[in-house]
Amino acid sequence: MASEKTLTIAIMDAPYESANSTSALRIINAALEKGHNVNVFAYEGAVNLTMRAQQPHPNPVKGTSVEQEQHPTTKDWVASLFKLASTKDVKLDWVNCGLCVDERGAGDWIEGPRRGGPKDFLDASMASDATLVIPTK
Amino acid sequence: MPKILNIVETAYRATIEEQDDTVLWLTHMLKNAGADISVLLRANAVNYAVKGQDASGLAFGETKMTHPPEIGKGVEKMIQKGVPVYLVEQDVDERGLSDADFVSGIKKVKREALPELIDQHDQVWHW
Amino acid sequence: MAKYLLIESRDPFDSSDSQYFPELVQGISDRGNDTVLFLVQNGVLPVRKGSKYCEAMSRLIRNKIKVLADSFSLKERAISNLVEGVEIADMDRILDLLLEPGTRAIWH
Repeated sequence: MASEKTLTIAIMDAPYESANSTSALRIINAALEKGHNVNVFAYEGAVNLTMRAQQPHPNPVKGTSVEQEQHPTTKDWVASLFKLASTKDVKLDWVNCGLCVDERGAGDWIEGPRRGGPKDFLDASMASDATLVIPTK
Repeated sequence: MPKILNIVETAYRATIEEQDDTVLWLTHMLKNAGADISVLLRANAVNYAVKGQDASGLAFGETKMTHPPEIGKGVEKMIQKGVPVYLVEQDVDERGLSDADFVSGIKKVKREALPELIDQHDQVWHW
Repeated sequence: MAKYLLIESRDPFDSSDSQYFPELVQGISDRGNDTVLFLVQNGVLPVRKGSKYCEAMSRLIRNKIKVLADSFSLKERAISNLVEGVEIADMDRILDLLLEPGTRAIWH
């Protein structure tokens, strides 16, 4: 059941470069599971989390194939979060900062996110029950 | 409008991004969008308020950076726009800086007074 | 009196700036605010008993500040012998604290 509460979260880290990405996905997942709405403002490197062109790969260290590795990329995790939101009948609004997208060539993203900017973050924050900024280092 | 404090501590991460420090740029944009916002520079980011920072001259192959970040000027502009900019006094001292090194309009705050400054804001975004 | 959820993701071994956040947590609490410190990622490293920095955590606990450590971060780092008084929590807990009305959340 939806809680009617909304969390806004700003993230900055590019995929796989920081534990912050893991924590951000965990928080978003937990929030959706609890029936909260979530606004995500993906700033700087975080816009790369949703790139459609991400591909899984085999692992030559483990000797595993792509199929054996079963390695979701961050776009898969995010797609799964959108599905979770839909299942829970809550809103996940994922905004990729447009200028950050442009300078990273990250404009081809999975279904779900939308292009936006700092004003979207401000508006989301002002309308939310809580705002959390997870900075990069 | 809730009062927001942006705390910036990492510095000089994004020189090749051109646009200023990414969080100071964001602060400008949030101010333009109507935010009631202040900035606290701590740790290495106190250097952002120093006059005369010069990141010009970068070139890789034939491609030159024609518009390097001008962070000190950006901080000045922010102050002129009505954004209070605070520096942590001890962080300034530890880096061998003095008032004469800074752009005008900076406010200094002692490290032990940070909780009070934070209490004066409704949202504290630590970058 | 306000409510604060302070989240430390960085470890004190990483830089000489390691006193900043524990001191900030203490200062916020000293002003009479309801203060919780949630340790996550490498921020849990000091709560392993015997760590060089576990006294900083013990001091906050003695000063009546609630110190929580993220269960996944502890498990990931095989930390099971914790400093007395640290409570193990998970993301559900961080969310409940975050969404309590009037809470200011600061992630470091």
